[in-house]
Amino acid sequence: MSKIANAFKNGKAFIGFLTAGDPSIEKTVEFILAMEEAGCDLIEIGIPFSDPMAEGVVIQDANVRALKHNTTTDDVFEIVKAVRAESDVPLVFLTYINPVFFYGYEKFFKKCNELGVDGIISPDLPYEEKGEIVDIARKNDVDVISLIAPTSKERIQKIASDASGFIYVVSSLGVTGMRSEIKTDLKSILEDIRDVTDLPLAVGFGINTPEQAKNIGEIADGVIVGSAIVKIIEEHGEDATSVLKEYVSSMKKACN
Amino acid sequence: MSNGRYGEYGGQYISETLMNELLYLEEQYNYYINEPEFVNELNSLLKEYAGRPSLLYYAERMTEDLGGAKIYLKREDLNHTGAHKINNVLGQVLLAKKMGKTRVIAETGAGQHGVATATAAALLDMECEVFMGEVDTKRQALNVYRMELLGAKVHSVKSGTKTLKDAVNDAFRDWIARVHDTNYVIGSTMGPHPFPMIVRDFQAVISSEAREQFLEKEGRLPNAVIACVGGGSNAMGAFYNFIDDEDVRLIGCEAGGKGIDTPYNAAALTNGKIGIFHGMKSLFNQGDYGQIAPVYSVSAGLDYPGVGPEHAYLRDSGRAEYVPVTDEEAVNAFEYLSRMEGIIPAIESAHAVAYAMEIAPKMDKDDIIMICLSGRGDKDVRSIAEYRGVDLNE
Repeated sequence: MSKIANAFKNGKAFIGFLTAGDPSIEKTVEFILAMEEAGCDLIEIGIPFSDPMAEGVVIQDANVRALKHNTTTDDVFEIVKAVRAESDVPLVFLTYINPVFFYGYEKFFKKCNELGVDGIISPDLPYEEKGEIVDIARKNDVDVISLIAPTSKERIQKIASDASGFIYVVSSLGVTGMRSEIKTDLKSILEDIRDVTDLPLAVGFGINTPEQAKNIGEIADGVIVGSAIVKIIEEHGEDATSVLKEYVSSMKKACN
Repeated sequence: MSNGRYGEYGGQYISETLMNELLYLEEQYNYYINEPEFVNELNSLLKEYAGRPSLLYYAERMTEDLGGAKIYLKREDLNHTGAHKINNVLGQVLLAKKMGKTRVIAETGAGQHGVATATAAALLDMECEVFMGEVDTKRQALNVYRMELLGAKVHSVKSGTKTLKDAVNDAFRDWIARVHDTNYVIGSTMGPHPFPMIVRDFQAVISSEAREQFLEKEGRLPNAVIACVGGGSNAMGAFYNFIDDEDVRLIGCEAGGKGIDTPYNAAALTNGKIGIFHGMKSLFNQGDYGQIAPVYSVSAGLDYPGVGPEHAYLRDSGRAEYVPVTDEEAVNAFEYLSRMEGIIPAIESAHAVAYAMEIAPKMDKDDIIMICLSGRGDKDVRSIAEYRGVDLNE
């Protein structure tokens, strides 16, 4: 049984994202633990990349800040190690595939297994290219999380039937970032996916207010928030902990 | 090649949101490229609008001066908009229109591809937006204005290194938000499948014409075909129909910048490592941990940290050779061709001219070299003056 399933046992899951190394390695560890304490059920740790093509400006800037002081993949593993010393919260990496490829798939997933990373989400690894990592990841008990977009349509069948962990449902077209309104007919997409799989379905992209979290919570198993959390870190820097806790706690409440 | 693979290179490493659109694009491309009406329409545009076939010009003074192989220039600089880019753009914009799209977007480095896309969009009545790194909008300010004259909107990209790779990032970011009405007219043989194939096919007109022209003029094929390589579209176009002619050497010239031993170059085939970026598995200049490296070249059009997947494959298979050419060598060639033949080449194409100048004297007088003169150099006059320390504002 994948540890990720635990994230969905406590009502609707609230899933938070942050970029590793923004503003520092130590603070990322502190923020992750604080988010867990405030009710975050699963945490996505972004491995910083020079060219985050699927991100909007807020997360792009976080990548720039993290890379400015040279946050490496090994540093990100150190973050996981420090978090794991204190917490069992499910952790997944959000990473573009090149840093993983460069590190070496075998070495990367072995390390994930040793340190307790439960899954990986790669925005530039669609179904057709999953073969890059899927066997090595499975061997190391790391779930490869599949994404389904509003444009996926008939692809839902093959993506969902071959998925593991949970399914990341992209709420709208475009890159990551806060949106005032989500217009996609998510309900029918979620129904289509549920026809194929029993895996938990979490919705992300654009969600930032408790009201949005409430609406998504009514139809999905989990709510994913990235840019709004990263924005808090951008604005409050080293002092973001208490604001983050307050925000996460209000969002966790709202989805349930 | 099946599945968009060139050996281990190529593929479709891109957001799920774009996957159905890429599959649809491939299907539509395969349909139209075999439909006589589309082919006739495109051929007529290439002939009546772009001015094809382009000349195969015997550079007699250059040949005599260098004292070796006979040098021919494939004059892509004489195409409408002044570069090979129009070949691909007319094909892709026409395809977009047939597919029912109303808007096209493009990335551009030197501005040539942006100008070509804006031109085709004006002609075919499509909305057009072009993404260009802020650094390049300054290096190539004239091309920015040119695109605006043609009715396109130019976005100055301020993220990352503010050059070509960042323009590609932002073009993909735009496309992912507007797949329903927009086609991304990619400018080189790069990106996720089917783009490397589509761009190569539309550029292959260069070598199909050249092959016939050589048989007619010389009764034989050239010994070597030389082209500059950034993403690799003019080189792929110039190589493609010679690939099966094993006696024809295929030579790609990359941006050696200030030297391949310095951090200031863009030579992905010489210095790059295999990686996955911009939708493809290929060779990329990258630093520790797989971060894409900032690259440098005097030429905005070659200032890209990767190369198209088919070039990576041709290198590995040994069918093509790739050499770095420095800024200094390219600028010398830029000046040389201007004085010797009265042809001012694009600084990109000057990289190919430079390598021809190096090897021609070592070859027999019976040997033949074709240089793909991919573009004209008017756009570069200001930056070359600057390189030489000439102040044009005095």
